Amino acid sequence: MKARAFAYPYIFWMALFVVAPILIIVVYAFTSSTGSLTFDNFTSMGGSYLTVFGRSFLLAFIATAICLLIGYPVAHALAKEKARLQGMIVMIIMLPMWMNFLLRTYSWMSILENTGLLNRFFAAIGLFDLINAISGFINNTFGTHLSTELEYFEMINTQGAVVLGMVYNYLPFMILPIYSVILKIDVSYLEAARDLGAPPRTVFRKVVFPLSLSGVLSGITMVFVPAVSTFVISDLLGGAKIMLLGNLIQMQFLGGTYNPHLGSAIALIMMIVVIICMTVMNKFGAEEEQAVMF
Amino acid sequence: MSKELIRLKDVSMTFDGDTVLDNMNIYFNDKEFLTLLGPSGCGKTTTLRIIGGFLVPTSGDVFFDGVRINDVPPYLRQVNTVFQKYALFPHLNVYDNVAFGLRIPKAIEEGGTDIDSGSSGKGKRKKAKKVKLSKKEIDQRVREMLEVVSLKGFEKRTVSSLSGGQQQRVAIARALVNRPKVLLLDEPLGALDMRLRKDMQQELKRIQQQMGITFIYVTHDQEEALAMSDTVVVMNNGKIQQIGTPEDIYNEPKNAFVADFIGESNIVDGIMRADRLVEIFGRQFQCVDSGFEKDEPVDVVIRPEDVDIVDVSQGALTGLVTSVTFKGMHYDIIVDFKGFKWLIETTDFCPVGARIGIKLDPDSFHVMKKSEYSGMYGDYSSYSAEYDEIGDAEYQEEDAVDEEEYYES
Repeated sequence: MKARAFAYPYIFWMALFVVAPILIIVVYAFTSSTGSLTFDNFTSMGGSYLTVFGRSFLLAFIATAICLLIGYPVAHALAKEKARLQGMIVMIIMLPMWMNFLLRTYSWMSILENTGLLNRFFAAIGLFDLINAISGFINNTFGTHLSTELEYFEMINTQGAVVLGMVYNYLPFMILPIYSVILKIDVSYLEAARDLGAPPRTVFRKVVFPLSLSGVLSGITMVFVPAVSTFVISDLLGGAKIMLLGNLIQMQFLGGTYNPHLGSAIALIMMIVVIICMTVMNKFGAEEEQAVMF
Repeated sequence: MSKELIRLKDVSMTFDGDTVLDNMNIYFNDKEFLTLLGPSGCGKTTTLRIIGGFLVPTSGDVFFDGVRINDVPPYLRQVNTVFQKYALFPHLNVYDNVAFGLRIPKAIEEGGTDIDSGSSGKGKRKKAKKVKLSKKEIDQRVREMLEVVSLKGFEKRTVSSLSGGQQQRVAIARALVNRPKVLLLDEPLGALDMRLRKDMQQELKRIQQQMGITFIYVTHDQEEALAMSDTVVVMNNGKIQQIGTPEDIYNEPKNAFVADFIGESNIVDGIMRADRLVEIFGRQFQCVDSGFEKDEPVDVVIRPEDVDIVDVSQGALTGLVTSVTFKGMHYDIIVDFKGFKWLIETTDFCPVGARIGIKLDPDSFHVMKKSEYSGMYGDYSSYSAEYDEIGDAEYQEEDAVDEEEYYES
């Protein structure tokens, strides 16, 4: 009884800052600026909104997939290292997260800009001259009209830059849950599998991977959800060209097209889609996860 | 009678400068139930892990069917293990756990050529044709094996829903279904309660005879070892102390360590005055041992059940009862003979403080040569403490600390 009393402050907090805002969003989404009940906020969303939806989910999906492809092998290798080295590497993985998120993303801007670090580096090693020379040669030989005035690669304000920003910022959230799950897998399971005739690859496929699935699922959730709703990354690395849901919502609240009712409707739809995605995924991995949890 | 299957030759194992196995030489016969018996840290689990392929000996060779297998990884050995804590796969149900080994394509076995020595075998292994069992055959073998371990109908159960004894059976089935030539069992009954242990002992013995394969069994429980084994290997400090049948080990222990570890023993200093004549406490007794030097100092073992209590006037020795414990079948009494305390099992009640005499038949003496263990065991001055130690079904992970760092994946 007493233990429960200590949870009251949090319950109060949750009611005030989680439940209430969601209710406000729902109310806003179904009302007009005059306060009357309406579905206009949803029906007014045209094809361009669908494009933004599609782009947001696609980029978040790609970023999550890349995080998984990079993160899993890192987590797996890390869990096999000596304890002291593990601690050090985990700290290095975490280190960027202790720095300001905006600052980190700004620094990527200065790296990817047309006159940024990377392009200046390419210029310095003569990469553009080389490409221009090759293009010129091809033009002379085949009479084509390839540009010979390449001065930089366009990296900033592309979808690639946005995905890069997502991967860079959210990779630790993929590595750490997978790492901690793999770390907890009892060595005797691996020995038992080898004992039963499984070569190393089979041990991984049939034992390690299934047992690490709960970590993979939470990693995917922790990367996908913030990635799909980000607006800072797309704002800074995508410019005005790559508009994501986050930007769209932000515009309705802070931008020139001030319309919190529409913004709430978009936010509501996004939330529902994310919940559906996560439910489907969790169901998909439910059997394995259950086995791990008990 | 049966042929040799596994041989360890001059095998030593060192962890961080600690010698866990010291120049061990032993062979294992086909279709034998052999037990490695010894206290925690004696090297028995290390021996098992070397045979299983999880450890490579620091020096010495391991032979399987005459072929050196030091460098053959566990998954290519015709050996399966029942692990201390079963290590059943938590993400698979009973059926899939048992079928695990069968579902892995194996190189064709032709007179054991798939277990080739590391250097020359590498190329061959890649070329060897992998055979996959059909679903039907897997199904048949799994069901057959579940029947052997009396777990029919448990196929779909998750392993976490099983009792300790049932998990144990699944672990045995999972190993045996692969039809290994040798089954290694690492303290498999350690986590079970007394009653279940006794049942499983019978069960294991039955399964071993039914399958007709070699069992190498590791335990620190001497009763278990005596009850199940064809051959018992007593180990201590990384060395083999004695190899023999359970009867040999009990009746003819080689040194004070074995005598003390197997059953209860009073071990006293004696002198062989002649063949079949031993002197203890300054008195000479007829015995059945011979082959010692004249006047050679020896250790003499007298089992608690071999002592007859008689009236003081008829006793060869007389002593004072200092403690009595009722054990059900009999009393354990501690008797002080000139400052040396003996344990005697008797059905006659003798109160504390009584003076009693004892009679000793010639065959109640067992004479052993002096060894490094002389004087270390066999006195019951601190009886109660020692009994606690023996009596509780303690369960320790032997060598676990030493080996942890050496696990490779």
